[in-house]
Amino acid sequence: MTGLLRLLTCGSVDDGKSTLIGRLLVGCGAVPEDRIAGLDDFAFIADGLEAEREQGITIDVARLAFSTPNRRFLLADAPGHEQYTRNMATAASTADLAIVLVDARKGLTTQTRRHVMIARLLGVCDFVLAVNKMDLAGWQPGPFNALCYTFPGLLDEGDTRAIIPVSALEGDNVLERSARMSWYDGPTLIEYLDGVAPRARAEIGAFRMPVQLVSRDGEARYLAGTIASGAIRAGDAVTVAGGASSTVARIAAMGGDRESATAGDAVSLVLADPIDCGRGDMLFSGAPPMIADQLEATLIWLDEEELLPGRRYLLKHGARTVAATVQSLKHQIDVETTAPLAARTLALNEIGVAKLWTARPLAFEPYEKSRDLGGFILIDPISARTIAAGLIHFGLRRADNLHVQASVVTPARRGALMGQKPRLLWFTGLSGAGKSTIADLVEQKLHGEGRHTFLLDGDNVRLGLNRDLGFTDVDRVENIRRAGEAAKLMLDAGLIVLAAFISPFRAEREMVREMVGAENFVEIFIDTPLAEAERRDAKGLYAKARAGDLANFTGVDSPYEVPEAPDLRIDTLTMSAGNAAEAIVRYLA
Amino acid sequence: MSVDPLDSLEAEAIHIFRECVAEAARPVLLFSAGKDSVVMLHLARKAFWPAPPPFPLLHVDTGWKFREMYTLRDELASEAGLELIVHRNSEAEARGINPFDHKAALHTEMWKTEGLKQALDAGRFDAAFGGARRDEEASRAKERIFSVRGPGHVWDPRRQRPELWSLYNARIGPGETMRVFPLSNWSEADVWRYIAREGLRVASLYFAAERPTVVRGGALLIVDDERFRFEPDETPVVRRVRTRTLGCYPLTGAIESDAAEIDALLAELAGSHTSERQGRLIDRDQTASMERKKRQGYF
Repeated sequence: MTGLLRLLTCGSVDDGKSTLIGRLLVGCGAVPEDRIAGLDDFAFIADGLEAEREQGITIDVARLAFSTPNRRFLLADAPGHEQYTRNMATAASTADLAIVLVDARKGLTTQTRRHVMIARLLGVCDFVLAVNKMDLAGWQPGPFNALCYTFPGLLDEGDTRAIIPVSALEGDNVLERSARMSWYDGPTLIEYLDGVAPRARAEIGAFRMPVQLVSRDGEARYLAGTIASGAIRAGDAVTVAGGASSTVARIAAMGGDRESATAGDAVSLVLADPIDCGRGDMLFSGAPPMIADQLEATLIWLDEEELLPGRRYLLKHGARTVAATVQSLKHQIDVETTAPLAARTLALNEIGVAKLWTARPLAFEPYEKSRDLGGFILIDPISARTIAAGLIHFGLRRADNLHVQASVVTPARRGALMGQKPRLLWFTGLSGAGKSTIADLVEQKLHGEGRHTFLLDGDNVRLGLNRDLGFTDVDRVENIRRAGEAAKLMLDAGLIVLAAFISPFRAEREMVREMVGAENFVEIFIDTPLAEAERRDAKGLYAKARAGDLANFTGVDSPYEVPEAPDLRIDTLTMSAGNAAEAIVRYLA
Repeated sequence: MSVDPLDSLEAEAIHIFRECVAEAARPVLLFSAGKDSVVMLHLARKAFWPAPPPFPLLHVDTGWKFREMYTLRDELASEAGLELIVHRNSEAEARGINPFDHKAALHTEMWKTEGLKQALDAGRFDAAFGGARRDEEASRAKERIFSVRGPGHVWDPRRQRPELWSLYNARIGPGETMRVFPLSNWSEADVWRYIAREGLRVASLYFAAERPTVVRGGALLIVDDERFRFEPDETPVVRRVRTRTLGCYPLTGAIESDAAEIDALLAELAGSHTSERQGRLIDRDQTASMERKKRQGYF
């Protein structure tokens, strides 16, 4: 056996892709007879879901397996139409080789170009072009010869390629050599797949292993992980990226220690010294990996909710999950032409190049060199959905050159001198809810008690610090991020900070909470129903918004996400501003 | 270069076990003592060795398993030094749901689907390892390795998370749980070659022997205990049979076979053209029934 080969099939339904897959699977004995018996067409083998069979469509990536005596194949089949970018990227992420299907009579289509572009982006560099429906093309070499000229134009010079004329329907050149195309003397599809040696990627040769978990047995600590590149032997020197060095004392395994291990192996290492190393750290030998907390990466957007620069997301890379924000989008990529397009955000199935910041430095390799060490996913911290896939190109700044300047006089000591515990009181609610009014009363009371305070008001901040920001979702996120940073500096100065911001999104309020530390953050929800806020309309803004003179107005044409568990909820229908202020001051005491 | 695909499959499965344990709060391993369970337990021990796997085993019992499976289950759990939780749906028990008086679909839903949901809720488990493989049934080809279940443990095939590289998103939202399938990319033959390679102990029911059987509804059933209810015209006939899967014995079809050890079994498998679950009467109840069961919360 020559191990596993991971395949990707792409093409549209009309090109006969499902029929080709069905023929490969049935021909290699991978589909049991009792399952074939229920189907009237090879094409349905890959469509496993009820809705797919009922509607005759393919909804999702199908993962299938078949074998020849020589090799085992894992095949990921991405649907041609529905969600094709998202599904293609998912299927291509693990593929060694892509089978691209075209209809001999149609040649290369826009969709073929898109599919090849996405496969190449995800790191596939071995391609087989299956020129299908040769039966309908009269078994003539014309269309095939034309594709031999045009197809290589979609690929990079270093990519390997084979072009094979087939008929999925009749079976010619799939598993059996065709008697009707004697002008073709190359391999059949299965012969090619069986014998191909996928081009080695520009892998880093040096040892790299993200540590998945650490387990203890008495004194010994076992660092468990899957080797991402290179090889390791007992006695080799290793270093924790950004940390200390040691040597590998043992490669432990049930049934006896191993002498060596190589890329792809799941191992458990015991080091000679008790150095600091935990889940998410990367062990390496040889040249060090890149370490950065600002990255340039290609993002493939996978979620229905669009990208919001500045919003806090979670980034999972190797075994490490860190908070991250997309600082800015450089440009979007046109999936058909690969040309850059100006854009500020990415919607579902769009691809772009972005600058990201991470809360902690990442040790990585560029995606072109290593999928495992250069690929990441973004996760929405609230819905927990996987919202984007990322391919790291390079670090924008070496994180190890920057250090947080630690002062001897700490925020706690500054606060102690003022006789108070620094805190951030965050007032959130609709426009006109009474945030500023109540915050102002609270500040007066605290001031009267001799507290050192500062009131950051949304409107005032927008007149200065955030003058450049508007009211789109993207700008609202940045508005809150800056307000949070400003509040944090004041907390560090020892002050009790009152911040009155509509702050309509839960994610940004959570971001500020994390920024300043949950123990310092008091979320106060000034709960005034929309109808009441609109009735009061002290600034006349609702009237303007209803008249269409003010776009993106919270509550009117922009959403407000109600806090799920605020520290304090003030119901302004039943409580006067004065009583509310008293309740808040009492809460702080 | 000669590479055994079992090495890659084993490493992938160990990676999945470790990743889930690192991220989930309370994982559990679904354990029936069948061949896939035996492989799962072995991989789990390798993944965390020399420490024991940091999770208990959970058997959702129906009371109708083959007698041998109960003995083997208890022995394997105690050899591994792991806690074994056995859950039986008390409502199904009280109502006397059984595979002779009730339809296979109801029996399975009450004992297995509902039983599993109860057991996961009772243990507050947020992730359950299952031994399901993608080659078993068509809808499984579409399911993720880390498969999110919504409130009530339901599977929504149209709202699955994309799964790229070997980066698994193990976070869950409120009310959600996770099913994790380390053997997703394995085939039935891989499982047997691995059992042979690692010298694992499996039930003798997988190997051919003379057993009392009856033919019913096109399936060959083994009479495993005195509770078997014969139709008026039925008498048990001794045949040389084995099973490919092990479910509730009155619902598990056996096959006539001479394969008494693994090599013969693998040879038989290579020449066989029927699916492994063909003998499972519970899958045949309705079209796409595995998918429906999963949507209701089956593992």
